Order: sequence, then structure tokens, then C-alpha cells
Amino acid sequence: MNIVSHIAFVASALLQVPQEGPEMATLMRSNGKIYVVVAVIVVIWLGVLLYLISIDRKLSRLEKAEAEKNRTRPTPTPVV
Amino acid sequence: MPVPAKDILNETIRNLHFHVPMWFTMIVLFGISCVSSIQYLRKGSLERDIVAAEAANVGLLFGIMGLITGAIWANYTWGAPWSDDIKQLCTAIALLMYFAYFVLRSSFTDIDKRARVSAVYNVFAFAMLFPLIFIIPRMTDSLHPGNGGNPAFSQYDLDNELRKVFYPAVVGWILLGIWIAQIRIRMRRLKLKSFLS
Repeated sequence: MNIVSHIAFVASALLQVPQEGPEMATLMRSNGKIYVVVAVIVVIWLGVLLYLISIDRKLSRLEKAEAEKNRTRPTPTPVV
Repeated sequence: MPVPAKDILNETIRNLHFHVPMWFTMIVLFGISCVSSIQYLRKGSLERDIVAAEAANVGLLFGIMGLITGAIWANYTWGAPWSDDIKQLCTAIALLMYFAYFVLRSSFTDIDKRARVSAVYNVFAFAMLFPLIFIIPRMTDSLHPGNGGNPAFSQYDLDNELRKVFYPAVVGWILLGIWIAQIRIRMRRLKLKSFLS
């Protein structure tokens, strides 16, 4: 009996339609505007990620140039 | 962690831990850049010029992210992504100044001349940052807290629960910025070494 009343209480709470004021219930404004925080975090992640990818590409270019230089340079004759 | 419940801001108050440290990190990196430029002008070592350029580069990344995250936050709290708020305008000018620093750098082919002229520019750019970010916004009305009789860091804006997350977040973001800058500096150092050899 107790469990049933509990379930009924939770269900009624979930089904209750929140009071809609003039504030529009768009996604970004739902749940206390928490998705604005999500958007900000996503922007920072993308920013840092793209920046790191650009550093990676630069490093690859540097490695390639270095390898090229070592290939064309004659190997030093060992000093006896 | 509980946060203060406020009208309009609602949960977006948590952006404090992301948007604000972006600017702190930017200022720290621009500061490192300025100090390195002064050291370059005193000692003339290209190594310091590399540090100045790369710290400014990563600082610019954080500044741009600060501007974008600020625009997103403003869109849902102030009603528009850009409302010509004094701090928005001044930080935009500051970022443009640092864009100009890189335009200036890329306009030289001689590395010593580039280092010297851009070091002088960089010191002036950092000096301009202070009126733009710390002085002018406090003198006029602004939507930002902490400006124009709109106090930040007061007990109303930053309670102890927020501080517990905010200060470690600031330290973390600054260290992340310095780390990324260091990786770029080490890379540029290798490049310089292979260029000079």
C-alpha cells in the first residue's frame, strides 16, 4: 500500500505540467537554463580541441621537414 | 555543489567557472608575453621572443573563447549576444590589438627586426590592456558585475560555495593555458634551432 502511494505520488509529480509564464519553454531556457552552461563548455572544448589539432599539424610539418633535412644531409664520416 | 538561486541567471551562474577564468588566463598569458618582450629588449635573445609570441597566441585563444562564451551567456541573460556593453567593446578592442601584434610579426622577414619591433608593440599593447579592461569599464554603466557601481566579488555575487569551485577552476585554467603555451614554445625552439643550424 505504501509503495503504491509512493508511485502514485511520483507519477503525479512527473505528470504535473509546470506553470508556464511569459518565459518561453525553449530548450536553452529549460531546466534553469542549464543548457547555456552546456553550450559554453562545448564551445571551450571545441576551441581547445581545434587549437591542439592545429599544434599537432604544425608539429607533423616540423617532423617531416626535419626528416627531410636528415635524409638529404650527407652522413658525417666518423672521426677515428 | 549548491549555487545561489537567482532570477534571470538561474543555473547559468555556473558559467562563472568557465567564462571568467578564460579572461584571467588571457591576462596571465599576455602578462607573460609582455615580461618576455621586456626581457628580449634587455638581452636580445630570440628565445624570449618565441615565449612572447606563443604566450600571446594562446592568450588570444582564451580571449576569443571568453568573448564567445560571454556572447552565449549574454544571449540568455541580457537578451542579446552583443549589447555594446562597455566591457564587450573594450575587450573586443583589446583582442584586435593582439591580432595586430600577429599581423605586425608576420610583416617582417628579418627575424631580429621582427623580434625587436613586435616586442616594443607588445609592451604598449599590454599597457593598453589595463585601461581597456580594468579602468574604463568601471567608469561607466555596464551590464557586467564589478563595473559602474555594480559590484563583483561581493558577498552577493560570489558566495563561499561558488568560491570553492571558482578559485580551483581559475588555477586550473591558467595552468592549462601555460601548459599549451609551453608546448608551442618548445616546438618553436626546435624549429629555430633547426633553422639556425
